[in-house]
Amino acid sequence: MSGESKALADQSRRRFMAKTGAALAVGLGAGVRFIDFPNAHAATGPVSQAQRWGLLIDADKCASGCNACVQACDDEHGIRDHGRARTDAQWIRKVRVRDNTSGREVSLPLMCQHCEEAPCVEVCPTGASFRRADGIVLVDKHSCIGCRYCMLACPYKARSFIHENLKDQKPWSPRGKGTVESCNLCVHRIDEGGGRIPACAESCAREGHGAMVFGDLNDPASPIAKAMGEQPSQELRADLELNTGVRYQNI
Amino acid sequence: MNRTFTIIGLFLGLLVELCSSSAAQEISALQPVIPPAARGERCVEPTEVMRRDHMKFLLHQRDDTVHSGIRGAKHSLVGCIGCHVQTDPQGAAIAVNADGQFCESCHGFAGVSIDCFECHASVPADGQIKSQTNGQASALPQWMSPPALSMAKGISPGSVP
Amino acid sequence: MATATNSMSNSEFTATEARGAAFYTLLVMLVIVAGLGLWAAHHMDVEGHHVTGMSNQIVWGIPHVFAIFLIVTASGALNAASLSTVMGRKVYTPYARLSGLLAIALLLGGLAIITLDLGRPERLMVALTHFNFTSVFAWNVFLYTGFLVLVSVYLWTLMERRMNPLSKSTGTVLLAWRLTLTTGTGLIFGVLVARQAYDTAIMPPLFIAMSLCFGSAAYTLLLFSVFDCSGRRLDDAVVSALRRLLMLCVVGVLFFVGLLHGVKLYTPESRGIEAFLLVSGGVYPWFFWAGQIVAGSLVPLGLMLWRPTARSRSWFATACALVLLGGLAQLYVIVIGGQAYPLDIFPGRQIIESSFFDGTVAEYQPRLPEFLLAFGGVAMALLIIVLGMRVLRFLPRTRMAD
Repeated sequence: MSGESKALADQSRRRFMAKTGAALAVGLGAGVRFIDFPNAHAATGPVSQAQRWGLLIDADKCASGCNACVQACDDEHGIRDHGRARTDAQWIRKVRVRDNTSGREVSLPLMCQHCEEAPCVEVCPTGASFRRADGIVLVDKHSCIGCRYCMLACPYKARSFIHENLKDQKPWSPRGKGTVESCNLCVHRIDEGGGRIPACAESCAREGHGAMVFGDLNDPASPIAKAMGEQPSQELRADLELNTGVRYQNI
Repeated sequence: MNRTFTIIGLFLGLLVELCSSSAAQEISALQPVIPPAARGERCVEPTEVMRRDHMKFLLHQRDDTVHSGIRGAKHSLVGCIGCHVQTDPQGAAIAVNADGQFCESCHGFAGVSIDCFECHASVPADGQIKSQTNGQASALPQWMSPPALSMAKGISPGSVP
Repeated sequence: MATATNSMSNSEFTATEARGAAFYTLLVMLVIVAGLGLWAAHHMDVEGHHVTGMSNQIVWGIPHVFAIFLIVTASGALNAASLSTVMGRKVYTPYARLSGLLAIALLLGGLAIITLDLGRPERLMVALTHFNFTSVFAWNVFLYTGFLVLVSVYLWTLMERRMNPLSKSTGTVLLAWRLTLTTGTGLIFGVLVARQAYDTAIMPPLFIAMSLCFGSAAYTLLLFSVFDCSGRRLDDAVVSALRRLLMLCVVGVLFFVGLLHGVKLYTPESRGIEAFLLVSGGVYPWFFWAGQIVAGSLVPLGLMLWRPTARSRSWFATACALVLLGGLAQLYVIVIGGQAYPLDIFPGRQIIESSFFDGTVAEYQPRLPEFLLAFGGVAMALLIIVLGMRVLRFLPRTRMAD
């Protein structure tokens, strides 16, 4: 390059650097942030696989005429009776079961079993039905298109579809028409921390039955792990090998 | 050809002129009337940023909340409602997406429909709004307090008031 | 006049010359029915699904029966195309284009019903951009849209003279694609481990057999109606070929249905569902035996084999119509019957009390919006066919004596 054109090139390079530097300074001065920490002030941190939430139900302690768990769930999540039993949502229900051979009857609550190999998660086309890292199976209603395929796939009939317009939802439990939902182990309570447990288990304890024990299946010191160690427990439809998070004793 | 370009150029110039300087005085009459927030000292983001990007924040936050269980973060929807909800003279909260209220005042103006409140509550939980005065600690449960408010009061997230 | 590539020039094809009161009346009626279907979808969207007969027990109803029927038939409608282009059966060559139109129209009609019945149809864009690839539904999104594209390309290779040499390879890919598509449709039910009526690998082959059967019947009926309305006459060779094809397909469906129910009866676990569907389930055994087996399979076979009716075109058309009605009955039993039977959550036990209809057979009373949506989808498919034939050259001009 000739000396003259090199000088020109140097000059234009200097001008470029000056302009860029000025822009950066102005930008920084005006408060442009290059790095943001959106969760720096969050109340809770992200969940992980370290915990696996589960529920243990002792059918012997479940009182036949009692509906406390169902009532508590309805109150907690704002599930109202629209007078249409076939289409009204139910996250938890009480069933009475009689053995065909012995005639022995038990009563127990039935809800989403939070399977590790959940069929509802497998079949959801958009991935709205998913299993969180800490074992809770729930529906991301922002992605749910309301196809109801997961409802066909669930072996426990745990899912409900919302068939009408809703209002006065609870702020901690958003629910709306056209999406599918099921028991989410009161995930808003669990995420809060502070040892809160699902409303059903809480109400069962409050009624004095104590048939429902909630806790971390991965923690050998938790009440649920200890209870499972003392007495045998089983999954419903164990033949499907779904490895459910909800287990039953004495059924 | 040249004449055509000249005419087009003049027309465009006229258009730009009309839309920029001389029309500036009328723009304020066309802007939406947004009720000011009732509590908290400032929003979690500058107004200009919020105007453009609030949907981006909400979309990101909802994934954090649903998939990672992060609640009470800066951009939580519940936090927005906590500050921006208005109350009627009896102290009851008015739905934040009702006519003339915070969300609808801009969204109605812009003609963008909101479907958040088909599922999400448009008021804080029952009986939680006690007063409308700025800076007063509201009776919201901790995890629903607007983070800006709790920061201003020196309450750190996660502690029980 | 087939060339070495088994194709014909465009001048041998024509659009329908339909005009006049009858044609426009037909168009108006189809538009009205399709419009009512759209209104029904809007009503369901605004009010929620409680205005339908579907519930938390029967989550897929009449709209889905019709939609799956249309989708399955759409794939089979390409029989004439595959047989002529891929397998070199020259008797079908003049009729390959029309089968492509029928396939596109039926698939679009079925997809319209399915998407309009969604709980949140405005989120279709979410379904087209977020995929969970362990889901058969997600694969089906690609299979169905790809099918539409491929059939369009195939029609292009037939209609554009310079593309004719590509028609065989396109047709071959299309044949593989439609078999995969129908496998995907069958797998929707085949992978559901929860329900005893499903949970079987026989579903895909059964659905393929059904698609060949219903597709042939629908295609034959379309050919007959179009040729009759325009005063043309189909030549005997193709009518005999279609008759033999339909007989073969009906026997095929009977075989797979027999296999499905036979194996399930053999398995103690599923004797309950079989007894329900075949004997004690009320409307379901009726639809199965009277609708699917007798009216949908045995009577058509008889009409096509019994000498007094075997040569008659009108009896052949009747047989085709019966096959289609039997197909609807079959899908009703599969889709609704499979859901009506209670889930066996506690094997060896009986659920005697539940607030969520556990342990009881679910009732299903379809209501008006569901029928309107279903018929609307069919009307939409017919509209596409009628308008398509009117605008583009789908009908063979030669090979008719008039």
